[in-house]
Amino acid sequence: MEPLEIARKLQERFPDQVIEVTECRDQVGIVVRKDRIVEMLRWLHDDPSMQFNHLADLCGVDYLGKKDVRFEVVYNLYSISRRHRIRIRAQVPEDDCQIDSVTSIWMGADWHERECFDLFGITFNNHPDMRRILLPEDWEGYPLRKDYPLDGGGKNWKGYDEVLEKSKRLRKYDFYGQYQDPTKKTGLEEDAREQS
Amino acid sequence: MELLWILIKILIVFAVVMLHVMYATYFERKVIGHMQVRMGPMRVGPHGILQPIADGLKLFFKEDIMPTVADKKVFYAAPLICLISALSAVAVIPFFEGFAIANINIGILYIFAMSSLASYGVVLAGWSSNSKYSFLGGLRSSAQVISYEIAMGLSLVGVMMLSGSLNLTDIVHAQMKSPFKIYLIPQIIGFFVFVIAMFAETNRTPFDLPEAESELVAGYCTEYSGMRFALFFMAEYIGMIVMSCLAVVCFLGGWSGPFDVPGIPFFWFLIKVYFFIFVYYWVRATLPRYRYDQLMALGWKVLIPLALFNIVLTGTIKSMFG
Amino acid sequence: MQENKAESKEIVREEMAYEPYTIAMGPQHPATHGVLKLDLELDGETILNCTPTVGFLHRGVEKLAENLSYAQTLPLTDRLDYIASMANNVAYSIAVEKLLGIEVPMRAKYIRTIVMEMARLTGHLLWLATHALDIGAMTVFLYCFRERENLLDMFEEICGARLTTSYTCVGGVRQDVTGHFLESLHAFTEDFPSKIAEYETLIDKNRIWLKRTQGVGVVSAEDAVSLGLTGPTLRGSGVDYDVRKHMPYDAYPYVDFEVPIGSKGDVYDRYRCRMEEMHQSNSIIRQCIEALPKGPICAPDAPDLVMPYGVQKKVAADATFASGVIKLMRDNEHYIDGDVYVSAEVPKGELGFYFVSDGRGVPYRMHIRSPSYIHIGALPFMCKGQMVADVIAIIGSVDVVLGECDR
Repeated sequence: MEPLEIARKLQERFPDQVIEVTECRDQVGIVVRKDRIVEMLRWLHDDPSMQFNHLADLCGVDYLGKKDVRFEVVYNLYSISRRHRIRIRAQVPEDDCQIDSVTSIWMGADWHERECFDLFGITFNNHPDMRRILLPEDWEGYPLRKDYPLDGGGKNWKGYDEVLEKSKRLRKYDFYGQYQDPTKKTGLEEDAREQS
Repeated sequence: MELLWILIKILIVFAVVMLHVMYATYFERKVIGHMQVRMGPMRVGPHGILQPIADGLKLFFKEDIMPTVADKKVFYAAPLICLISALSAVAVIPFFEGFAIANINIGILYIFAMSSLASYGVVLAGWSSNSKYSFLGGLRSSAQVISYEIAMGLSLVGVMMLSGSLNLTDIVHAQMKSPFKIYLIPQIIGFFVFVIAMFAETNRTPFDLPEAESELVAGYCTEYSGMRFALFFMAEYIGMIVMSCLAVVCFLGGWSGPFDVPGIPFFWFLIKVYFFIFVYYWVRATLPRYRYDQLMALGWKVLIPLALFNIVLTGTIKSMFG
Repeated sequence: MQENKAESKEIVREEMAYEPYTIAMGPQHPATHGVLKLDLELDGETILNCTPTVGFLHRGVEKLAENLSYAQTLPLTDRLDYIASMANNVAYSIAVEKLLGIEVPMRAKYIRTIVMEMARLTGHLLWLATHALDIGAMTVFLYCFRERENLLDMFEEICGARLTTSYTCVGGVRQDVTGHFLESLHAFTEDFPSKIAEYETLIDKNRIWLKRTQGVGVVSAEDAVSLGLTGPTLRGSGVDYDVRKHMPYDAYPYVDFEVPIGSKGDVYDRYRCRMEEMHQSNSIIRQCIEALPKGPICAPDAPDLVMPYGVQKKVAADATFASGVIKLMRDNEHYIDGDVYVSAEVPKGELGFYFVSDGRGVPYRMHIRSPSYIHIGALPFMCKGQMVADVIAIIGSVDVVLGECDR
C-alpha cells in the first residue's frame, strides 16, 4: 500500500488524533496525539490490510524552541508481509512527559522505550521495567535533550568521583606511592599562565 | 638396601614423570599449534624448546593471590591433594618387566582410589575459593567424576576377568600369554568405554566442563594463581599420563611389543603412552565441549550399560570357552 | 526433647529456604563478546531469569553527531560494529544520501556492494570463530581468522585501514579500487567456498556440535518478529526479511542472490543461515567484480570532503578560501527540513539511521537503530529455562557486538 493511502486510512479511522501528515523524500510521517497511541498502533499492527508487524525503530526527538510541543516519540513501522512502511510521530508535551508503552504490541519495544526514557526522560506507562539502560542508574539529567549542557554542567558523575577516590586510596600500593590528581591542573600549565 | 633401592626408584620415576609433564605442555602447544595452522611456541630457545622452563619459572615467581573470603586451610590443601594423589598413582605402574615402585596385588583399585581422591581436591578447591564460578566448577567436577568412575571401573572388570588378577604386572603377563597378545581385541567394548571415561576422568576436552573457560571462566581454579595454579596444572597432566599408562597396561599389552628393542626395555611402553597422549591433544583440537546434562546422559545411559554388557559378554564367552 | 528436635528441624528448613543462585556473568567474562553483563538466576544449572546490563561502552555517538557535519560523523560509524565497519559506513552513507537526495554513480554503487559483502564475510567469519570457540571447538577459531586476515589486508589496500575504514563518503566512495585489489579479491572468492567446506567438516556434522546447538534457544517466527530481531537471527526462525531484498540499495537490485531461511529458530538454524549467507556473499562479490562499470566514484554534488563543482568554481575566485568553503558547504541547497529513516542489512541485522534535519549542515537528531541492541534485549526471552552452557551458545548465535549496542 502507498504510504499516503495508509495515512489517509489512519486519518479516517482516528480523525481527531491525526494532526498532520508530512512527506519527505518519499517517506510519510503522521504526526499524532499521544492519548490513543496504543490503540492506533494496535490497529496498524492487527488490521489485515496494514500488518505492521515489525517495529523497525522507536526513538525520541527534542524540538526545544522549534515547535510548540517539545518532544516527539517516533515509531518507524514496517510490514514484512505487505512490504510497506510508515512513520508515526506522537507528540509529547514537556509538562506531561509520558506516553503509553507499546510493549504489549511488540515485545521488542521494551529496550527502545527504556533507551528513550534514559536519554530523553519520557516515561512510558505500563512498561514492565522502566529503568535507565545505557547510562548509570544514578546519572543526573537526560543527555539527548537539547538543553543538556555539552560539557556535562561542570561537574563529574558521582561514580567517576568514586573511582578517583578509590584510585587515590589504592595509590599507596603503587611503585612510587604518590598520587596525582588528573583533574587538577599541573604546575607547568599554571607557570605558563603566569608568564603570559 | 631394599629401602634404598625403592627410594632410588621413586626418585627416577618422579624425575621422569615431572620431565614428561613439562614437555607434555610443550608438545600439546606444538601439536595443537600445527593442527591450527600456526607455529606454537617459537621464541624461547630453538623452536621454543625451553618454553616449559620459562613457564615454570614464571609461575613459580608469580604473586600468590588468595581471596580474602577464602577458607584458607582448605584453599592451601586443595592443590596439594590433587597433586599428591595424582603422583601416588604412578607408584603401581609397571614400566617394564620387574620395574614398578610398588608391585601390589590391588594395583587397579589403588589407581581408582587415587584418581577419586584427586577429585576431592577439585571439589575442595571450588568450595574453598568462595567464588561462584569456582563453586559451579567444583560441583560439575564432583558429579562428573562420580558418574564416570563407575563406567571406568566397570570397563576394566572384563580385563580383570580375563587375567584373573588386579595386579598390573600380572595383567601384562596374562596378556602376553593370551591368544591375541593384547586385550584390545577381546575387550574392544571395554576399551571403548575406558577411553571415553579416561577423557572425562582427567577433565579433558570434550569433557572439560569443570574448567570450561568460555562458561565458567576457569572453573575450580579461577581464584588460584602462581604456583598453586601450577600444582593443579601438573596434577592434570600427571593424571593424563597415569590414565594413558593404565590403558596401555590393561589393553595394549604394557611393555611387550612385536620385537624386543635391546637396551631399552620400556621402548614399547613409552611409544604406546605417547600415542595416547597425542590422542588427547588431537581430540582437544577437534571436538567442541559437551553440556553438563548431556555429559551425564552419556555416562549413565550409554557408557555404564555398555560396560555392563561387556561384563556379561566376557563372562559368557569365558565360561563357554574356558 | 522431641519438641526440641522438631523445632530445630523447622529452623533448618527455614534457613534452607529456596533461593536462586545468582551469577554475574560479565562484564569481564571470556564469552560475553565485549562488555556485556548478564545477571543470571540459577536453579542448579538451569536459568530462571536473565537480566542483561549494557551501556559500559556508551560513547554518546548520537549526541556527538548533533554537533558534527554529516561527513564528520562518518568515522564514528566505524566504531559501532567494529568487526565489520565497512557495512556501517555504507549504511550511514546511503541514509545521508537519501536525506540529501543525492544519486550515487554506478561504479560507486558496485564498489560499495563489494565492500559491504566483504564486511559481511569478515563479520560472519569472526562470528563463526568466536561461536565455535565458545562451544569449545577451538580450531575453527584459527581457521576463520586465517581468511579474515586476507579480507582485512584487502581493506587495507583500498583505504589504508584494516578495521576503522571510513571508506565511503556521502555521495560515493573515497578512493577507487585498484586492479590488484580486484584480482586478489577474485582469487579469494575462488578459494573461499572450499574454506567454508573446511570449517563445516569440523563442526557441521559433529554430534557434539549438533547436541549443543539443536533445540537450544528456540524462537518462533512470530516471537522473533515481535522481538524485533533482524538479520540471520530472524531468518533462522523462518521469516523472510532481508533489507537487501525488501528495500534494495546500492547494487543489490542488479545482482542475483538468495536469502537463506531456517525453519526451527534454534541455534543450529541460525548457524546454518550464516554459513549459507557466506556462500551468497561470495557469489555477490564475484558478480559485482564481473559487472563493475567504469565511471566516477563520487557524485559531483556531494557536500562532503569532495568539494561540489559549483563550490569549486566559487572557491577558485574567492580569496578567503577556508571560511568560504565551510560557509558554502553549510548553505548547500541539499539540506532540507525533514526526516528520513533508512536501513541497510549489516552482518548483524538491520542497521537503521533516523535523521531529523532542520536545513543546516548538521543533523538535528540522529538515531541509530542498532541490531545488537535489540538482540541483547531479546536474550532474556531466549535464555529462560536453558542451561548455563546454552547461554554462551545463544549469545554466540545472535551475534552481538557491544560497540554497536551501546553506541
